[in-house]
Amino acid sequence: MLPEISLNILDVAQNSISAGSELTEITVEIDTAADTLTVCINDTGCGMDEQQLKNVVDPFYTTRKTRKIGLGVPFFKMAAENTGGSFSITSEKDVGTKVKAVFGLSHIDRMPLGDMTFTIHTIVTLNDDKDFIYRYTVDGNGFTLDTREFRKILGGMPLNTPDVSVFIKQYLDENTAEINNGAIF
Amino acid sequence: MKTLEELMAIRNKMQGQVNLRAEDENAVRVVVGMATCGIAAGARPVLKAFSDAVQEKNLKNVMVVQSGCAGLCQYEPIVEINQPGKEKVTYVKMTAEKAAEVIELHLIGGEVVSKYTINSVMK
Repeated sequence: MLPEISLNILDVAQNSISAGSELTEITVEIDTAADTLTVCINDTGCGMDEQQLKNVVDPFYTTRKTRKIGLGVPFFKMAAENTGGSFSITSEKDVGTKVKAVFGLSHIDRMPLGDMTFTIHTIVTLNDDKDFIYRYTVDGNGFTLDTREFRKILGGMPLNTPDVSVFIKQYLDENTAEINNGAIF
Repeated sequence: MKTLEELMAIRNKMQGQVNLRAEDENAVRVVVGMATCGIAAGARPVLKAFSDAVQEKNLKNVMVVQSGCAGLCQYEPIVEINQPGKEKVTYVKMTAEKAAEVIELHLIGGEVVSKYTINSVMK
């Protein structure tokens, strides 16, 4: 069991990277009026056929050869559905996969969002050959981190260059704090 | 709101002086298992400890990377250290505290911390 939504995102986004996604979009959208917290992970990876798609929410299915159980997607699905929310995964072979999890924001069983800065920072700096768009919104106010924009400014300098890496961390932390405006999700 | 202007300043500052960390053959690779099992067992603070140390202690020769499940879920969080010309060292059941020791003694001091290796656990 992964006790934070951010850890589930870290885990599930890894599937996109393994699927060869060149551009992966991760969005976290909080809507206090609708009482929802919505997470979307859209990738441009290899996608899945219908049979694979059916299997992916089954804990006893995995593409891995090392063992027979794959819990990443089932954990994420259960975490959302336990809060009166919903979970969907759609995919097209050779085009990409879309994962969407809706959580009941004020539901007692909703796990905390957790450390999204760490999740995004890790994904971005450890996969310097891939691009990512992260968007975080609370009631319509939000910010975006688009690694393609960062690269345009940096020229060929990698995102894991120490000073750049520190900047990415601060960019995520400070902008999240500003959007949250004192609230903790 | 933090903007990208600062990034431009960083680029200008670093350009020229930065010896871009080439993924050269001599680099030490620290591989942290970050599959569902690893994350659930607490790999996040371990990964954080290594990547922070590389930055703070300016370990130019060390690359921190993540890997999937190695099939030894009961020993997660697992960290492998690959040093060119040396045998791979596998640390198991890691924590941020143990990571700090491995950074000081192994990555900086060059000495394997045997008490945390898989060999010491599986005996």
